[in-house]
Amino acid sequence: MRERDLNQLDRRSFLTAAGAFVVALATPTEWAEAAQFDSAAAAGVRPDRLSSYISIDRGGTVTAYYGKIDGGQGLETSVAQLVAEEIDVPWDRVRVVMSDTAQCVNMGGSTAGNGLRQGGIILRQTAAEARRLLIGLASEKLGVPASELTVTDGVVHFVSDPSKRVSYGELIGARPLDAPVEYHGEAQRLTVKVRAPLKKPEEFRVIGKPYPRRDLPGKVFGTLQQVTDVKLPNMAHARMIRPPVAGAVPLTVDQKSISDIPGTQVVWIRDFLAVVAEKEWNAVKAAQRLKVTWSESHPGFPGHEKLFDHIRNAPVVARSSDSNVRAAGASQERNEGDIEEAFRRAAFVLEGEYEYPTMSHASMGPACAVADVRDDGATVYTSTQKPFDCQLGIAELLEFPPEKVRAIWMFGTGGYARDAQGDATADAALLSKHLKRPVRVQYMRFESLAWDPKGTASVSRNRAGFDAQGKVIAYENITKSFSMEDCNTRERHPQDTLAGMALGHPLNWRAAFGTPGNNYQFDNAHWGWELIAPLMDRSSPLRTTHLRDPFGPPLMFGSEAFVDEMAVHAKSDPIEFRLKYISEPRDRELLAAAAKQYGWDSRPSPTTAQPGTVATGRGFAYRTLGGTLIALIAEVRVNRDSGVVEIPRIVVAHDCGLIVNSETIRHVIDRQIIWQTSRTMIEELRFDDKMVQSVDWLSYPVVMMPGVPRSVEIVTIDRPDQPASGAAEMACGPLPAAISNAVFDATGVRLRRIPFTPERVRAALARGPEQAVKASL
Amino acid sequence: MPQNLTLNVNGQAHRISVDDPKMPLLYALRDDLGLGNPRFGCGLGQCGACTVHVDGQAIRSCTIPVSLVANREITTLSGLGTAEKPHPLQTAWIAEQVNQCGYCINGWIMTGAELLARNPHPAEQEVRDALSGLICRCGTHNAAVKAVLRASKA
Repeated sequence: MRERDLNQLDRRSFLTAAGAFVVALATPTEWAEAAQFDSAAAAGVRPDRLSSYISIDRGGTVTAYYGKIDGGQGLETSVAQLVAEEIDVPWDRVRVVMSDTAQCVNMGGSTAGNGLRQGGIILRQTAAEARRLLIGLASEKLGVPASELTVTDGVVHFVSDPSKRVSYGELIGARPLDAPVEYHGEAQRLTVKVRAPLKKPEEFRVIGKPYPRRDLPGKVFGTLQQVTDVKLPNMAHARMIRPPVAGAVPLTVDQKSISDIPGTQVVWIRDFLAVVAEKEWNAVKAAQRLKVTWSESHPGFPGHEKLFDHIRNAPVVARSSDSNVRAAGASQERNEGDIEEAFRRAAFVLEGEYEYPTMSHASMGPACAVADVRDDGATVYTSTQKPFDCQLGIAELLEFPPEKVRAIWMFGTGGYARDAQGDATADAALLSKHLKRPVRVQYMRFESLAWDPKGTASVSRNRAGFDAQGKVIAYENITKSFSMEDCNTRERHPQDTLAGMALGHPLNWRAAFGTPGNNYQFDNAHWGWELIAPLMDRSSPLRTTHLRDPFGPPLMFGSEAFVDEMAVHAKSDPIEFRLKYISEPRDRELLAAAAKQYGWDSRPSPTTAQPGTVATGRGFAYRTLGGTLIALIAEVRVNRDSGVVEIPRIVVAHDCGLIVNSETIRHVIDRQIIWQTSRTMIEELRFDDKMVQSVDWLSYPVVMMPGVPRSVEIVTIDRPDQPASGAAEMACGPLPAAISNAVFDATGVRLRRIPFTPERVRAALARGPEQAVKASL
Repeated sequence: MPQNLTLNVNGQAHRISVDDPKMPLLYALRDDLGLGNPRFGCGLGQCGACTVHVDGQAIRSCTIPVSLVANREITTLSGLGTAEKPHPLQTAWIAEQVNQCGYCINGWIMTGAELLARNPHPAEQEVRDALSGLICRCGTHNAAVKAVLRASKA
């Protein structure tokens, strides 16, 4: 978001001011439809209008209104490519407005790496439709059939004679281009239907090319205005006050304890407590110094060391097979054949359990937001991933109708998925309402780690039944965990934020989890999950939600490490073993591409015994998600004395259908590998019975330079005739299993608990190889 | 008692009044001078997001008291170079398309620029060592190393 966007007239006013001027459309029927719809233009941005997606000014600049966000993976750049391709203007003449609720249609914000799969395709289609309509206008003006016209760089001209021409700007003049658009669904399920066909891959000029990231110069030269940098007249700075024990609420607040800090004020509403100051440092100091007595609280958390026992022993409160879960579309359960019957006739049954710990989003910067609440409406500046849900939640919190709240998304403090940005936005809004002035809130480092919503810890239970010939005849994968939605992934209601819960709303719990994505075909199989109750009923620092690739690492660690165990039992090469149970041609091609890039030689794991301190191994894992396929090979060097596992080489084979930008996709995959390396080797949230103990980068260590894989080789498979299915998070999923499988290959010892710290690796090596295979009865 | 200080930032002298001489430099830069580019990451000197140069040395502005840097030469990322006159490392950073979210960028570029100033042609391991105290949550580590090496060859 650049400064000018914040100041520009919003499009609703523009459309109203533009009155009844609508350009003539390609056919009389459309003209009539457009005229009819135009009377409703004053209603603002609507999903049934072309101008809500694409607009063109008289200078020929195209603006695309993208109702999603860019977490830093280059979507602004790629979306501009899709639009430039279809509307036929140069890439740098497409401007992208991202998730300003006053300017964009709700496309559901960011979720599941669908920035191109869903939002991008809508803008691609509407750009194509705009081009079709503009050619229709030119056909009328030039007096030739549309079929004899084409477009080059925003100029419509005769196919046969480029000198007979008219530019988009000339066609439009002072009037906005508009037309009705057929749409279905809303938010992340929004789709549109247009008459214009999309370009065929052989016609692409812009799609697939390595255009440079648009946001990078502003970041590199320190000129990009991010949410942390919003400064409004008379804006106050706030810091939140959090209890030392989870569940405690403030009983008394000693305002005198900060009276010597200039310009400070306490805001205390029910259990919501903050300090506000004119200067930011004074707010920080006041938050550190404010004396508060807190209520007694005994949350009785199990502690991170005993968490997995807690998960194993706690009663199940919901399952993937529950009818209400299925009805809510939150199941993802898969069933083939009759597993119990098949297990009974199995010659061997193999079992394996795997543990994935609680994690913080641990975003680079603590969450930040600015709110400006007036008597007649509010504006919030936020970097939540779901600005349209944030708009609704803030409206409910402030008791405004939704249209009185404008949420403006801006680049923020890093972080992917549902971190604390929406919490900070609600805090800022509540404070601004109370103080009747703009308020900026930024969390402190301890809050970012200890109070953000968490990624779930889980235990993955796996078993496989083999017949006497070694064929898998029964398979079961069950993940037992907390729900992924102790706290909703959207901040659509006050109870979905810390501020709302501080005002008395209970935790907005919903049974939701997932199953690993792959295309294995076992004759009898069950993929499901079991959930246990949340650890607290409100304002919990351990409340769970979506952390980047929520259906990835926690689920795939167990499932893909266990498939490796199955291959070991079958004395088969791990890739060849998988191929026996995969028939999908795309998956098979992907696995072969990874093997070829690595130089994989066929043999079972573990490798032959390696004398000496350091053992080398290789591990494979694969996954599918939302149409994207990833195969990953990790090479490790295990130091048996120190327990340190080095990862000198990673190979990723990646098929996400159409590749929109051949460079940004490689960067997104490369950076994900390092992100997930951190979450595989190092990260684990520590907590005791009372509170989270991970409060800084020493108590929540993350990967730094010495721990990153030195070499990440990426093979991308481009399928221009397929939809762009997304690349934002999918490569995370297979990494933990690939590393665990590589350590097994090197040492014959299986790592079953993330993270693979040197202490854990040493302990596992000391225990030695397990006897995991057990004979069936 | 408010105290007046002179901060020389990006070649310009600024007179500011502070009521707490222990206030970290970061808050003076952001709040008093309106310079958004150094960022608050941890307030503990652990991550690097707030890094600036003080007399050419990469310093974490979230922990150094403002009174200690009065009258010294402070350079922030936006003062290191501009789109019109970029520092070679900024040019290399764009060429390598290093960042995702970019919130950590001050630490990496300012630390990398300090390394190049004292060691214009570092070996790869020297670059890795120089950048080893920085956090990036998007995983741009290897890309940052490539950018520093590219700048060193420019």
